[in-house]
Amino acid sequence: MVHPFLFLQFFRELLHPLGFSEASADAVVYTWLIMIGLVLFSIVATKRLQAVPSGAQNFMEVIVGGIENMLVETMGEHGRPFFPLVATLALFILVSNLIGLIPGFFPPTANINTTAACAVVVFITTHIVGVKEHGAGYIKHFLGPIAWLAPMMFFIEVIGHLSRVISLTLRLFGNMNGHELVLIIFFGLAPFMVPLPMMLMGVLVSFIQAFVFMLLAMIYIQGSLEHAH
Amino acid sequence: MEFFTMCVLAAGIGMALGTLGTGIGQGLAVKSAVEGVSRNPGASGKILTTMMIGLAMIESLAIYALVVCLIILFANPYKEVAMSAIKAVAK
Repeated sequence: MVHPFLFLQFFRELLHPLGFSEASADAVVYTWLIMIGLVLFSIVATKRLQAVPSGAQNFMEVIVGGIENMLVETMGEHGRPFFPLVATLALFILVSNLIGLIPGFFPPTANINTTAACAVVVFITTHIVGVKEHGAGYIKHFLGPIAWLAPMMFFIEVIGHLSRVISLTLRLFGNMNGHELVLIIFFGLAPFMVPLPMMLMGVLVSFIQAFVFMLLAMIYIQGSLEHAH
Repeated sequence: MEFFTMCVLAAGIGMALGTLGTGIGQGLAVKSAVEGVSRNPGASGKILTTMMIGLAMIESLAIYALVVCLIILFANPYKEVAMSAIKAVAK
């Protein structure tokens, strides 16, 4: 699917010699736009720190504090080291979902490569954390509770772990891409007022999907921190 | 054109069947969560989090159906075969 009209369309020609297709060029350019926006906003928010926050600092403190509270509630105190990763994923995915609601902007999460990158980051982190925490004993996570069933359980567990990546990827991609598609079709059929409820639904979907991605990332990381049973 | 008509039909039926069971499952999950909150409003935060995870898990089934339907519609692996067969028949 290639968008009909976008603000940063001229990057398609710029990136074409590098072997980017039109759809990937959109996703890459808007990913960079969001990254720059988030960095600039955090610089503005932390430039002049005050004891009694106001404006941008207050806004960022509420968001970051809320994510931190949720992390401690879900993972407990030992989950605090993973706060930067989880909060970054949540903010990036939320902003890239929401940017799709502005006409002329493309949500990078509607491209399967962006969501796959996020899911692979979570997948690799869970296993690095598991090996760091348990050492060689991490293999027990894959062997199941009964010793003589271990050879069979190993393959089932490996498939289970791989399917986490697929489900994380496809959930976010399917939601955002489906939303984009529905909006395009609605705009084609009846451009006046009819797509409005769908766009309202899009706000909800953006928040819920970012929340779910963050929650699942926390749960997967916590699962590899726990002892195998 | 027979092939593409079949593809659109398959995508429509697939989406309908995929969302049917998912809708029932999500309805049951929300029903139990709402009942839990009405019995103990103090536990609404925990119930909401657990319900969200469950709903996300259930919803991914419908999303799989959606992705498969999108593949059928826009990135069909048998498109080339069908096109060459159509051309061969047309000759």
